[in-house]
Parts: sequence; structure tokens; C-alpha cells
Amino acid sequence: MTLWRSIRGTLAALGVTLKAIFRRPATIPYPEVKRVPAPRYRARIVLTRDPRGGERCVACHLCSAACPVNCISMQAAEGPDGRRYAAWFRINFSRCIFCGLCAEACPTLAIQMTPDYELCRRDPLELVFEKEDLLVEDGGKDRDYDFYRHAGIGVAQARGEGSEEEPPADVRSLLP
Amino acid sequence: MNPLWLGLVLTAVKLVVVLAALLTMAAYMVWVERRLLARMQLRLGPNRVGWFGLLQPLADVIKMLAKEDTVPAQADRWVFLLAPAVTACMALLTFAVVPFGPPLSLFGQEVPMVVSDLNIGVLFFLGLSSLGVYGVALGGWASSSKFALMGAVRGLAQLISYELSMSLALVPVLMLAGSFSLSDIVAAQAEVPFVVYAPVSFAIFLVSILAESRRTPFDLPEAESELVAGYHTEYSGMRFGLYFVGEYINMIVLGALTTVLFLGGWHGPWLPGLAWFLLKVGALAFFFIWVRGTLPRLRYDQVMHLGWKVLLPLALVNLLVTAGILLGVRA
Repeated sequence: MTLWRSIRGTLAALGVTLKAIFRRPATIPYPEVKRVPAPRYRARIVLTRDPRGGERCVACHLCSAACPVNCISMQAAEGPDGRRYAAWFRINFSRCIFCGLCAEACPTLAIQMTPDYELCRRDPLELVFEKEDLLVEDGGKDRDYDFYRHAGIGVAQARGEGSEEEPPADVRSLLP
Repeated sequence: MNPLWLGLVLTAVKLVVVLAALLTMAAYMVWVERRLLARMQLRLGPNRVGWFGLLQPLADVIKMLAKEDTVPAQADRWVFLLAPAVTACMALLTFAVVPFGPPLSLFGQEVPMVVSDLNIGVLFFLGLSSLGVYGVALGGWASSSKFALMGAVRGLAQLISYELSMSLALVPVLMLAGSFSLSDIVAAQAEVPFVVYAPVSFAIFLVSILAESRRTPFDLPEAESELVAGYHTEYSGMRFGLYFVGEYINMIVLGALTTVLFLGGWHGPWLPGLAWFLLKVGALAFFFIWVRGTLPRLRYDQVMHLGWKVLLPLALVNLLVTAGILLGVRA
């Protein structure tokens, strides 16, 4: 009985491999055929702009704090209107592990992941992307989102004029 | 030109042609195996060097010749350097007695399509197949590495467990043909190949040569998941290449021997003799690759069990039954 089972098992296995020869290989011959990844694929990181064309990044350092491999660094600065921005912003893609934690941490949706996975350079130093390399002229995944219309007290508009804000209460009228 | 010189020249030509054909076939066997195995695993296999990767063997040879030929500091130097040649030479030598086509008429002379028509061809093959394992044993021993030694010990243990049943499976063939010469064995199969008369012998011999070729279901001496690379762990460059090529030459030679002993050699309808021979050898080589792509490695004790407790008694019973039937038929 065991012998018969062994023989049958062996023949069945041989049948499986024989059938596999005539199936289409699952391999994608890469440089000739390029796979199109899903839109939410996590590869090269970009810095996006708000609907008005300004930089979204407010240099809050949350992305570099979230980064498990410490590949993001920046220097915060303040514009004449009191709006914060990054004086310089640097991502070292030779360190980046494309985990997406920076994009999750970003309160202004400035830092986003794109499906461009062909990040290969002869010189590792070319993988250190500066702010001008990272900035794109687009809103990325959520084009209409504008951080300063929701928050950023007194920077882009006066107090209480944000889209989800109520006018400031008169403290004296609240007295009992 | 007198007949002696003509004979010598013809032998030399045959030697060169057979050697070149065998080495080319062995090199392309690597390519065929890699492509086929890849397709069995839904991959593409080597397809970068040349058209369909057909220049891959050439690229491999260039790579291996360019690699450094290292010898471990503790190694037994001369044995280490010579051992790879043993495996490859024994595999090549075996082909000397294999008839690969019908006799040819050249310059008014009958030229047999075999390098040397020994009258003890089968014994020659059995002797060389046992000697071939010396390459494994000496290479593993001389490396003075524990993995290589383990591989060598396994190679020897495997040899004694399959060799007896292999030889015994050949005895019915010898009884049927009444000769030790491979040419006579082929001639005796002009009508019906021996696989019809001795199917059990064929099955035992097939399993035994799978073990003899030291390939996947029986690749204990190499066992890359346990012993790094087994007996050739310490080898690099073309010395490793010699072991590697030896394995593929061995595969072709064993396929050729199975063809000659059981499948009727170059006999077959419609096609010329050499084409039939190559077709049968190719089919057996495909079988080897197919089995490698399918079956996992047997455990150490399972090989011993299979050899001593299954194949050997089966071969003995098969021998007795065949002898009895032959006696009855011929009486």
C-alpha cells in the first residue's frame, strides 16, 4: 500500500513539473518590459505643493523624527509673513528603506511617495537628493488640500478666518 | 596508404570527433538543464548571452578560466589538484565503448561507429563507474574541510548501496544478448529492445544510474542545503568546472549506456542510426533533468534503505526469474 502511494505520489509530482514547462513563465524580463506598479506603490519620495503653488512643507521635522533610518534632514526657517519653510531639505536615498512612515507623519501632506522605483545611480552621492530635486510642481495625491486654510493661526489669514474655524470668542461675554 | 595507417588515422579522427561532440553536448546540457529547470519553476532561465542565452556555456567557461585557482592551506596539494580530473576522465573514458551508430563503409573498409569495441565493454563501464567515485572521495579527502569530507564519505556510502543493484540489473541483459560487448548487445536488439523483455531490470538500472550520476534525488555528496557544496566545496575556477562538466558528461554517458543496453541503441525505423541514438540519449537526459526538477533529495539512510533493502533483493529476484524463463524458452 505504502509502495503504491509512493509511486503514485512520484508520478503525480512528475506530471506537475511537466505541465509547468508549458505554462507561461511568471518572470517579467525587466529592462525590456517594465512593470507598472500600483499608484500607491512606495518608491521615490517627493515634496508636493499646495493648490496656490506654494511649498507645503512647514519644516516641522516630524518626517525626520519618524524616519527609522534617519535619512531625512532639514533646516527650518521663517518667511517674512511668519510662515515656516525648509531652508534646505535633504533625503539620502541610499539609506531610505521606503517604509512610508515620513509620508504618514507629515501633517501638511507635503512629503509623499511615488511609484517611480528606478532609483539607481553609479555614484552613491548622487542618491542624496536636495530640496530642488525633491520638489514637484504638483499637489500629488490630495491636490485640493491646503494646510494653511485649516490651521497655521495668523499666518495665511487672520485669526478665525480658516475654513473650519469659528471667530474668536469675546472672553468677557463668557463671564457669568 | 596501408591498412594499419588508415586504421590509426580513422581511430584518431573518431577520437577527436567523439571528444569534441561529447564536450559540446555536455556544455549545452548545462544550458538545456538551466532552461528546462527554469521553465518547470515558471522562470525564464539564462536568456541574456546570445540568442536565447545560447552562448551562456561559453561565457561560463570564460568566467571559470578567469577565476583564481585556489588551494586551501591545509589541503593535500597534489591529490587536491588531480582529483577533479579523475571524475571527468572516467566519464569520458566510458564513452569509448559505446557504439553510437551503424558501421560505416569508408575507403573500402568497414568502420564501426565506436571508438573501441571491447569484448568486455559492460565490465569496463562498471569498473570505470566505480573508479569515477574516486574523484569525489579524493577531492573531498584532500580538501581537509569537514563539509568536503562529509560529501566524500556520503559519495562512497552511496556507491556501495547502488552499485550492486546496478550490476545485477545488467545481468539479465547480458543473458539475453549472450555477450559482454556493447556492439553485440545493440545487435541483439535489432528487432525488439531489451526494455520489453526486462522492464524490471530497466527500472532498477534507471534508479541506479540516477544515483550514479549524483544528481538531485541522490545528490547526497553535494547536498548544497546541508554541506555547502559537498566534496567540491573548496574548489574554485576551472577545477570546479571540471567537476561540473564531469557531472554533465556522466549524464550523457549514462544516458548513452541506458540507450545501448535497454532501448535498442541506434536501431529504429525511418531515421538514420545516429539520429535515433541522439534522440534516445536526449530523451533520457530530459528524464534526468525532469526528475531533478521534481523530486527532493533523499535522506542519507533512505538511500541506504532503498539500495540494500529494496533494489538489491528486487534485482536478485529479477535475475532468478529472468534466468528461469530464459532456461525454459531456450530448452
